[in-house]
Amino acid sequence: MELYEYSAHELSEMLADSKVSSEELTKSVLCRAKATDDKIGAYITICEENAIEKAREVDKKRGKEPLHPLAGIPIGIKDNISTKGILTTCASKMLYNYVPPFDAFVMKKINSADMVITGKLNMDEFAMGSSTENSYFKKTHNPHNLECVPGGSSGGSAAAVSAGSAVVSLGSDTGGSIRMPAAYCGVVGLKPTYGSVSRYGLVAFASSLDQIGPLARNVRDAAMLYSLICGYDSMDATSQQREYPNFAELLNGEVKGLKIGIPEEYYGEGVDNSVKETVLNAVKELEKQGAEIVNISLPSTKYALNAYYIISSAEASSNLARFDGVKYGYRTEEFTDLTDMYEKTRSEGFGDEVKRRIMLGTFVLSSGFFDAYYKKAKLVAFDICKEFNEAFQKCDVIATPATPATAFKLGENIGDPTKMYAADICTVTVNIAGLPAVSMPCGKVNGMPVGLQFIGQKFSEQTLLNTAYAIEQLNGEIKPAEL
Amino acid sequence: MEFETIVGLEVHAELNTKTKIYCNCKNAFGLEVNTQICPICTGMPGTLPTLNEKVVEYAVKMGHATNCTINNVCKQDRKNYFYPDLPKAYQISQADIPLCEHGYVDIMLDGNEKRIGITRIHIEEDAGKMLHNDAFQGTLVDFNRCGVPLIEIVSEPDMRSSAEAKAYLDTLKSILQYIDISDCKMEQGSIRCDVNVSVRPKGSTEFGKRVEMKNVNSFSGAMRAIDYEANRQIEALSRGEEIYQETRRWDDQKGVNVVLRTKEDAQDYRYFPEPDLSTIYIPVEKVEELKKEIPELPNAKIKRYVKELGLSQTDAELIAENLPRVKLFDECIEISKNRVSPKVISNWVLGDVSKYMNETGRDIAETPLNASLLCRIVELIEKNEISNTSGKVIFEEIIAGNTDIDKIIEEKGLKQISDDSAIEKIVNDVLAVNQKSVEDYRGGKTNALGFLVGQCMKASKGQANPAKCKELVLKYLEQ
Repeated sequence: MELYEYSAHELSEMLADSKVSSEELTKSVLCRAKATDDKIGAYITICEENAIEKAREVDKKRGKEPLHPLAGIPIGIKDNISTKGILTTCASKMLYNYVPPFDAFVMKKINSADMVITGKLNMDEFAMGSSTENSYFKKTHNPHNLECVPGGSSGGSAAAVSAGSAVVSLGSDTGGSIRMPAAYCGVVGLKPTYGSVSRYGLVAFASSLDQIGPLARNVRDAAMLYSLICGYDSMDATSQQREYPNFAELLNGEVKGLKIGIPEEYYGEGVDNSVKETVLNAVKELEKQGAEIVNISLPSTKYALNAYYIISSAEASSNLARFDGVKYGYRTEEFTDLTDMYEKTRSEGFGDEVKRRIMLGTFVLSSGFFDAYYKKAKLVAFDICKEFNEAFQKCDVIATPATPATAFKLGENIGDPTKMYAADICTVTVNIAGLPAVSMPCGKVNGMPVGLQFIGQKFSEQTLLNTAYAIEQLNGEIKPAEL
Repeated sequence: MEFETIVGLEVHAELNTKTKIYCNCKNAFGLEVNTQICPICTGMPGTLPTLNEKVVEYAVKMGHATNCTINNVCKQDRKNYFYPDLPKAYQISQADIPLCEHGYVDIMLDGNEKRIGITRIHIEEDAGKMLHNDAFQGTLVDFNRCGVPLIEIVSEPDMRSSAEAKAYLDTLKSILQYIDISDCKMEQGSIRCDVNVSVRPKGSTEFGKRVEMKNVNSFSGAMRAIDYEANRQIEALSRGEEIYQETRRWDDQKGVNVVLRTKEDAQDYRYFPEPDLSTIYIPVEKVEELKKEIPELPNAKIKRYVKELGLSQTDAELIAENLPRVKLFDECIEISKNRVSPKVISNWVLGDVSKYMNETGRDIAETPLNASLLCRIVELIEKNEISNTSGKVIFEEIIAGNTDIDKIIEEKGLKQISDDSAIEKIVNDVLAVNQKSVEDYRGGKTNALGFLVGQCMKASKGQANPAKCKELVLKYLEQ
C-alpha cells in the first residue's frame, strides 16, 4: 500500500511512531498528484519545493518538541483561501497573478500545526458554480468517472482527496460548495456552523453564507481538521466566541435514541429515485442501530433556491467590485479613460458565470427593485430559519440527499444556468440558516457515489460527525479512487 | 418678486480616534503617503472589517451634544460605487438607521438665537486621496486616509442665508472641539461640507428644486457658494427658466459652479446591510454614561458668562468660540475666586493672550503660561503692586520661559512706585525739561497732559503708578 492511500489519523500515528517520515509521505502524495493531475486537474498550483522543505522541517522537529497530531500531513487548499507568498487566484483571470501579502486565519492554524501544504486547488471561479467547469485555468474531472464533473465549487478539494493527491483538504461552502463535490467524489465534507471558522482571508463570495470547512476520506480525519481550524477570531466580526471540544477524540458511532428527521420536501420531485433509495437505505441502517425516524416538513424549502441566488448574488456583486484593475490582479492593456479601464478590465477578467451573478446581484440591489427581491429573499431566509428551529424541536439531525442526483457529465449543464443552479437544491437552505451539515458517502448508483447529508442545529458538529461515523462504520473508510 | 434662500448642510467631520474605524492603522494626518495602511483598509481580497467602538462612542457624544435621539440598536450598510480612492469599491456607512437622529442646535446671529434641526448623524469611513502632480504622469492614490472615521451630520433645510449657514457651521465646529472628537482642521480636510440650496418666492411654504454643491472646502467658501447658487437660481427663475435637481461642483477660485451630475444620471449606490459586521448595540447605560461626559457647551457657556460673570455678549462669544481661551478663562475664574473681576481676566484673555496666540499661531497650552501665573499678574496689577505695563513685561517673560514672577519683578525693577514723594521728584524733573509742553497745556492744548504723564512713566521706567503721576502732573499744571 502506498503512503498516499492512508488516512490522516493512520498517518498521524505512523509519523508519531517514526514508522514513516513526513518527507516520504509528502513525496508520495506529490508523486500521486503529478501522476494523476493530468487526468484529474485538481491543482492550480503545486507547491512541491515548499512542501518537501516543510516536511523535512517537521521531521527534524519530531521527537524534539510536542507536535500537533496533524503535523507533517499533506493538505491541499482551495484557491480562494489566502496563502501568504503563494498564488491565490480564485480560479479567475482577474487574479491570475495575485500573491496575498498575508495568511488567512485558517492558514495560520494549518501552519501552526505544521501541516504540509501541497498546493492550491481548482474551483469554480470565485466559488460560483456547481461543477468546477467555471475555472479560468482548467476543468477538474471526477476521479470515479473522468467524464463526470467533480461538483463545485470546491471541485479540486474533493477530487484531490478522492484521488489521493491530498490526504485532506480545505474547501469553502456558500450554497453547498463543500458538500456537493464531496457527494459527487465520494468523500466526507463538513460545512461548519456559520461563525465557527473565521472567514478572514477567504476571498469573499457571499459574506453572510461563506464558511470554510474540511474534506477528507473519513470522518475522523474531517473531525481532526475541523478541530484545528475552528475557533474565535477577533479579525472576523461574525466569528463566535465559544469553546470547542476535540471532535475527533469524542467520536463514537452511537446513534441509539437519536431522532433523525426526514423532510418530505427533500425527497420529492427532481430528486433521483435511486439516490433517494440509497439515502433512505442508509438511514434505515441507523434505525436498526436504535435511531428513531421522524417525518418532518420544511415547506419554505421551495423558495430557498430563489432566495439563495438573490442574497448570494447581491453580496457577490458588492464583494467582487474591488476587482477593478487599480491595485492588483488583471488590468486591461489599452483603455481611454478610467471608466473604459473599469469596463474592459472587468469584462475581460471575469468569466461568464461570475458576470451573470454580478449583473443579477446589481439588479436586485438597484433602487426600485430592492424591496421586491433582496428584502423578500431575506424574509424567506427568516422563514427557513424558523422552520428549521421548529423541526429541531422534533429531531436531533435531519437526513437528506446531499445532491438530487449523482455527478453529471462535463458540459451537460453548462448551457443551462437554471439547471445547474438546481443541483444546489439540497444544500442552500443550510447556508441560509447558518447551520452545520456534513455530506457522507452512503453508497453508489451506477458506479457513482451518493452523498447523505446530515443537518444539525448550530454548533451541533459533534452530533453530525458521530452520525456520519455510524454510517462509515457500516461501510468502512474510503480508499483513494483507482485511476 | 422677492425670493427666500433655503439652505441645508451635510457636514463630514473626521473623528480624532487613535486608530481607524475598521482596522488598527493609525489615524493620523500628513504622514508619508501609503505608510498608514494595511490589507484591511486597502481592501485586499479576503480581509474583513471590525468596528472600532470608540467611533460609536464619539458619534453618540455628538448626538447628545446636538440633542439627538440615540438609536442604540442600529446597523451599517454598504454604499457601492467605483472610484480609485475607494479600494473596496464600497464605503461602509449607515443608510436607513443612523446612530443619531432628530436633534437640533441653536445658532446665534446678530444677537438673535435660531434653532436649526439636525436630521441625522451617522458613522462611515473616509476614502483615500488622489494625487495629481507634474512630477509624475497620471494619477496616484494615497490610501492613508482610507478608513479614517467620519461622522456625517445632516441638517434640516432650516437656514435662510449664507450667514446663517456660516453661524451653523461655526456652532458645529465649536461643539466638535468642546467634546474633543475632531481636530476640526479645515486646511487638513478634517471638516468638509456639501451644501444644498434652493430658493422660493418669499411667503411660499413649498420648497423649490434643490441643488447640491460638492467641493466646498471652507466655511467662507460655503458662504460664497451659497450666495452664488442662490443668485444663480433667482436669476434663472426671473428669466422664466426652470431649476433642475442636480449636483454642481463649486470652484472657489473662479467663484462659480458647474454641473457635475443631473438627476437622470444620479448614482444608484445600491445600499444593503453590511454582512461582514454585526448589529451595533449600545446598552442604554452606556448611552447615559456618555451623556455625562458632555461638558458645558458653547451656548450654555456664553449665557453663563453674560448672566453670572457680567461679561458683554461680544466678549462672552469671543472667549467661548476658542477652546484654549475658554480653558484659560475658566481656570482663572476658578483660581481667582472673585478676588479679581471676571471682566479684567476677560480683558487679558482677549487682549494680550489672544494677540500672542494670533500672532504666533501657537496654542497657549504649548507655552509656560498657565492660569495661576496669569491670575497672579492680574492680581498684582489690581493691588497696584505693578503697573499694567509691567504686567505685559511679565507676561512676555513668562512666555519666553521665565516663570518666576517675583524674580522678574526684582530683576527688572518692576515694583510700582506709589510713594508720593518719589513720584513728585520724577514729575518735577520731567516738567523742568518740558516747559514747552507745560505752556502748551496752559495755553489750552490739553492733550499735552498725556504726553507729560507718558514722559513721567518713561522716566520711572514704567514703575510709577500712572494714576498718581497724572494726579501730580495735573496738580502742578493747574497751579
